[in-house]
Amino acid sequence: MRTADVIIIGAGIIGCACARRLSSDGLRVLVLDAAFPGAGATAAGMGHIVVMDDSQAMFSLTLASREAWARLAPDLPPRAEYAAAGTLWVAADQEELDAAGHKHAFLRERGVKAELLDPDSLRGAEPNLRPGLAGGLLVPDDLVVYPPTVAAWLLGQAVRLGARAVMGSRVVRVESGRVTIADGSVFESPAIVNAGGQWSQDLTPGLPIRRRKGHLVITDRSPGFCRHQVIELGYIKKAHASDEDSVAFNIQPRPTGQVLIGSSRQFDPIDERGHGRPLDHGIDHAILARMIRRAAEYMPTLAGLRALRAWTGFRAATPDSLPLIGPHPRIPGLWLATGHEGLGVTNSLGTADLLADLMAARTPTIPAEPYSPSRVLGDG
Amino acid sequence: MDHSCDILIIGAGPAGLHAARAASRSTRRPSILLVDENPSIGGQIWRRGAPAWAGRLLAGANACSISYLSSTTVLQRLGPRAVLASTLTPSGRGPIAARITFDTVILATGARELFLPFPGWTLPGVVGAGGAQALVKSGLDVTGKRMVVAGSGPLLLAVAGFLRSRGALVAAIAEQAPPAAIRRFALSLAGYPTKAFQGLMLRARLASVPYWTGAWPIRATGTDRIERVTIRRGDRDVEIPCDLLACGFGLVPSIHLAAVMGCEIRDGRVVTDDLLTTTAPHVLCAGEANGIGGVECAAIEGEMAGLAAAGMIDPARRLLPARARARRFAALLDSAFAPRSELSSLASPDTILCRCEDVTTGEVKPYTTWREAKIHARCGMGSCQGRVCGPIARYLFGLDPGDARPPAAPVDVAFLAAADPGAIPGESPLSE
Repeated sequence: MRTADVIIIGAGIIGCACARRLSSDGLRVLVLDAAFPGAGATAAGMGHIVVMDDSQAMFSLTLASREAWARLAPDLPPRAEYAAAGTLWVAADQEELDAAGHKHAFLRERGVKAELLDPDSLRGAEPNLRPGLAGGLLVPDDLVVYPPTVAAWLLGQAVRLGARAVMGSRVVRVESGRVTIADGSVFESPAIVNAGGQWSQDLTPGLPIRRRKGHLVITDRSPGFCRHQVIELGYIKKAHASDEDSVAFNIQPRPTGQVLIGSSRQFDPIDERGHGRPLDHGIDHAILARMIRRAAEYMPTLAGLRALRAWTGFRAATPDSLPLIGPHPRIPGLWLATGHEGLGVTNSLGTADLLADLMAARTPTIPAEPYSPSRVLGDG
Repeated sequence: MDHSCDILIIGAGPAGLHAARAASRSTRRPSILLVDENPSIGGQIWRRGAPAWAGRLLAGANACSISYLSSTTVLQRLGPRAVLASTLTPSGRGPIAARITFDTVILATGARELFLPFPGWTLPGVVGAGGAQALVKSGLDVTGKRMVVAGSGPLLLAVAGFLRSRGALVAAIAEQAPPAAIRRFALSLAGYPTKAFQGLMLRARLASVPYWTGAWPIRATGTDRIERVTIRRGDRDVEIPCDLLACGFGLVPSIHLAAVMGCEIRDGRVVTDDLLTTTAPHVLCAGEANGIGGVECAAIEGEMAGLAAAGMIDPARRLLPARARARRFAALLDSAFAPRSELSSLASPDTILCRCEDVTTGEVKPYTTWREAKIHARCGMGSCQGRVCGPIARYLFGLDPGDARPPAAPVDVAFLAAADPGAIPGESPLSE
């Protein structure tokens, strides 16, 4: 029996954004999730909405998304904790300062507000940064939200537009036009969107997605400790782009006055059959310690804040760090909206717009090719 | 500063001290390390002083290797046989980070008070029953203050007696359990001589204080702090002016550390087998954390866990009947003083449920799991990490706070850097 025009698997930030967007196109949407809205990577992310310049494709999607967030802002409930915090990229030395300069030029050429800071202005902007840093780059229009609440709100908007959300229903099989959940129920629909994030490769074998674990720490209230999302530019030298475990200084002020401390990246080991180990949400103390020490190198006073809680989550990473958005090249009716790694919250709204345009055979506002699943899955 | 031992015992109350004594008698001579958050041993119940044997034990009476680390909070597990703790230097400076390695760890984390929310329960001057006792012991002068003690269980009598002895005017004790249940409980005490004796002693001392049964607080009011409490007594409401309301609805297991250590929690209790082994490797649990059983039960379970940890399985097994008897008494207590259903509807939707994050009862109600309530309503996300609101959410909505994130207690961010096995923790955890 046909149960909807489109079934979305996953009520993370991506699935929820897609549900709202497709519902507004007039489609009857059914959302299935094993748990509740925003329970996976969405609950383990910082909620930093940031324009990236790694590639033109990443820039286009992040900027389109950030603009969509800004348009959405007046409608968001207070619980979304929307804040125009801005991003402060910190350069520790001349090499990183050069990188800040390149980033500045890249953004300015494309009409994105950005401002280079000398060491004094940097300390003025964030007095808890240690002296002796080379400078920084302020991107004032970057944003912060509290992701799980936003995901639930997006889903609520979809439901108001006629979507149906069935939470607590774990999808066990996805076939062309059919979805089976754990209790044996079958849902049929001409279109299915796999927005399963870190679980999407379990549902659609062959997706080149690996789980990448991250750690976060949140402190007790310390209002005014920092004002921006503050991130090191050190990643240009080593870090997050490679397959090795890495940490980076990345902190965020919460509206409560708490400070969120990140970040770490660790690929899950894969066994000889290509399978990841069972999900282990346990804290890896060695990398957590590295992460804290890294953060304290930039902000020594951070060490004296009270840590309330540390936790982990898994991001869905693709080989080229770009998400998979578009039709599966070989399975008719199956669409993908997954693989957003650490930028799922940022890119959720842009992904939803792109997917809706592709599904309605409209011309997307940004070129779709860089995100096309066929780039990694081959053509049909 | 690192410590290494054969048996690590966390919590120096009745269960922990009995575990230490039992293990110290082993011919294997295990090295024992006892730690507690407080400066002195005794836990909550022996706050005014542990039995003399405990002092002698720690002084080395059994010629075993036993040491006590005071003001020490275990924060998280570092591996199968290691934990990270916050402690003091031998000269009393700190806190500093310490790694403790062990063969077996015994959790003896005890109990905490259950507080049920009613309108006004977050007003200054509304305190826990045990909390009131602690406040007075730490210097609060209650001479001439008008007080009401409300909630459930024998602790109310003990607290009222204590407050009176310090000069407070106890206007009333409101026990929510129905009169018939109290009578049945009093009769059943005959089978337990020591308990009956304690109960009688208390009643005698309290002869002049109204002890209302089937009575419970429904509202506290006041401008900046509590000025009066309304007690529902049968079919009428009685308003009593007061300076302090001491309120406790019995005890609940302290499961937070066990959850952080990876032990399975079910129905608000640590899950163990017959010989007190938890589901986490190398972790035993004794006493109240396994389910409220009272001090005698805690003592027996402590002894069992100490014996088991020292490899004396048969002697531990021989204590099973005594433990069963103690647990039966606890069950009597539990059924006599079980919170009545009316108590779960005292809070209005705008009554605070989670004090740390100011989350109301109405905001938590829509959620069906503890994790969802945490993530979406922010319940339990504050500095107590659900210690207070977790049991409330369990009681009101059946949510099951079964897991917890490290650290087990708020701690300087720097301490988390000391968890790295490659780092040398010490006075400056961030130095390498």
